[in-house]
Amino acid sequence: MSASASPGAERRMKPRVALFVTCLVDLMRPSVGFAAVKLLEDAGCTVDVPVQTCCGQPAFNAGDRGTARDLAEQVIDAFRGYDYVVAPSGSCAGMIKAHFPELFDDDPNWLPRANALAARTYELTSFLVDVLGVTKVDATYDGTVTYHDSCSGLRELGVRSQPRRLLAGMDGVTLVELNESDVCCGFGGTFAVKYSDISGAIVDAKTKHVSETGAATLLAGDLGCLMNMAGRLSREGKAVEVRHVAEILAGMTDDPPIGAAKDPRRPLTRT
Amino acid sequence: MTVHTTSPQFKTNAARALADTQLQKALGNVKQGFIDKRRAAAEKLPEFEALRDSARDIKNHTLQHLDLYLEAYEGKVKASGGHVHFARTAEEARGIILGICREAGARTVTKGKSMIAEEIGINHHLEANGIVPVETDLGEYIIQLRNEMPSHIIAPAVHLNATQVEQDFRRVHTHLDAKRDLSEPVQLLTEARAVLRERFLAADVGITGANFLVAETGTSIIVTNEGNGDLTQILPKTHIVLTSIEKLVPTLEDVSQILRVLARSATGQEMSVYTTFSTGPRRAADSDGPENYHVVLLDNGRSSMLGTSFEEMLRCIRCGACMNHCPVYHAVGGHAYGWVYPGPMGAVLTPSLIGIDKAGHLPNASTFCGRCESVCPVRIPLPKLMRHWREREFERHLTPATIRSGLKTWGFLARRPALYRVATRAAMGVLGLAGRAKGRFAWLPLAKGWTKYRDFPAPQGETFQARWRRERHRRSA
Repeated sequence: MSASASPGAERRMKPRVALFVTCLVDLMRPSVGFAAVKLLEDAGCTVDVPVQTCCGQPAFNAGDRGTARDLAEQVIDAFRGYDYVVAPSGSCAGMIKAHFPELFDDDPNWLPRANALAARTYELTSFLVDVLGVTKVDATYDGTVTYHDSCSGLRELGVRSQPRRLLAGMDGVTLVELNESDVCCGFGGTFAVKYSDISGAIVDAKTKHVSETGAATLLAGDLGCLMNMAGRLSREGKAVEVRHVAEILAGMTDDPPIGAAKDPRRPLTRT
Repeated sequence: MTVHTTSPQFKTNAARALADTQLQKALGNVKQGFIDKRRAAAEKLPEFEALRDSARDIKNHTLQHLDLYLEAYEGKVKASGGHVHFARTAEEARGIILGICREAGARTVTKGKSMIAEEIGINHHLEANGIVPVETDLGEYIIQLRNEMPSHIIAPAVHLNATQVEQDFRRVHTHLDAKRDLSEPVQLLTEARAVLRERFLAADVGITGANFLVAETGTSIIVTNEGNGDLTQILPKTHIVLTSIEKLVPTLEDVSQILRVLARSATGQEMSVYTTFSTGPRRAADSDGPENYHVVLLDNGRSSMLGTSFEEMLRCIRCGACMNHCPVYHAVGGHAYGWVYPGPMGAVLTPSLIGIDKAGHLPNASTFCGRCESVCPVRIPLPKLMRHWREREFERHLTPATIRSGLKTWGFLARRPALYRVATRAAMGVLGLAGRAKGRFAWLPLAKGWTKYRDFPAPQGETFQARWRRERHRRSA
């Protein structure tokens, strides 16, 4: 990486980063977490993974403010004392950055702590580019990719140019822009299950646009959206590989794409 | 509330809308037109974002002093020779309007576009009392012929195509030559103009809405593109402005600022074709105008929003940008929402006006993508307010039991990191193994909503936290 700390720098000069891995990455796709760790370490950070569960967003969005606050307090406690907190997700980083302070707006005890955590918390690609000044990652990827802007990252955190800049700096990658890349994929957490007919229609429109690009690989920065789009693409029998952008940026693509079998020769067809 | 409500059947409405191929085609037009035009208009005006702040601040200020501005407005209207009627409920508003119409000896009433008129169901009430209401906005005229509700707050007939309109015109305009050519949209427009011209001239009372009411002058303002509003309010002897209390702004200067974001946000126009100011009845020196000028100010639940987090919703200037940019609205259209106001603004406002017990689906049927808030000219935090409705539901135990118990289990585990690690490790191990061969599940218990439309990608197996502790242990060993 071009902006990593110089090798001679003292150890304590390295930014201490706590990885908020997110529930979905923790449970569904740990390889994204390891890709994030590699990117952060390559950029000169010391990475730690505090014991963690969930940021509380599912409870928050379901109207269960009590549970959301309990979980937020747990996160605030667990992530004390680090220089930065970084999540490979605009949605979870957005929860901490934009909504934790909102959860405690009537609590003079917790509000300053929520604000302090919010100020140190970043989505992965925006942390690499905006905070660390990374312009080039140490990876190559051979192929045409397209990129979906996940809603929370885009509109709550302003993540748009950062992943594109990092991809543009990679050898072998051609980025084809997705028509309506800023339109929701229809995931919306429990929305996808509660209003599955509507969610199905929205993701259908998204995969049509993905097909139009002709790209072999679809990338995004949030695993929820990626699972939604990957699940729809495989249901449609479309052989588009779906990956978290961190996997490509870290050059860690040995694991099969999201929703694909271990054996790469196995065709992606309707099951 | 008398307007028929199907909001409790939102899911059924949505499923029907999704299966309606004609509607789906029409909704494609919403997606195409409005969004690009708004973006272009906003980009052309360097101070657009600052104007949005200013519009928000003006409305906030007004709402904080609404009692004072209402009083000032009422005084100015009276001073100009007009009358102000406060209506606490839809029923009161209907009664007041019927009274004015009867006093005017009205047989027909022309109407400009007004969502408040939809909210109180004035057309049916007039009809039931022997008075013929005639909608004069083209879209409203069309849906009146079809006995439908508007499906969009500024484009009421956006769910229809020209062929459907042609069929309606042939069905209703039986006095015209049955063999006439109506294959071009302009022919439909010309026919509607000719039919409506006679109605304008015959009307005894004209009812318009108001986009704004100006406290310092007692002026009501409408913005239109067809000019029908002007004919509605100038030609009949009596003009009724039917509107609601949150349309107040302090001054003409304030209005001129908000007008700069209204049309740009709505249709992408710099200004609508007509922006019409009316202050009281005609004066001695005026060449035209109504002899009687009445303002009916509807509350209908709005004042109970003041002082709550939903007060922010009262800033709404009804541009429709939120629904124009909403993926859910794009998918199901306006009628699915089941009452007067569709889209994100409807999802917040409707529960305030008809009750969260009836309108509970509306604030839940959102992905919280935030696109509505990003384009709202008065910066209403629509997703946050929808979330507040979900909180009220949760407090009142209206959240569905399955969601509640799922959350409870999840919350229980998530509060206990050690137990969480053990439980998730075991669960992902099993799921990972089961999904190993295909990498995905076409069907999963408890996730039928998901797997109806998409596969569920299988987890990789080991959790991140388990693998991290194992590998780091090895690393540091």
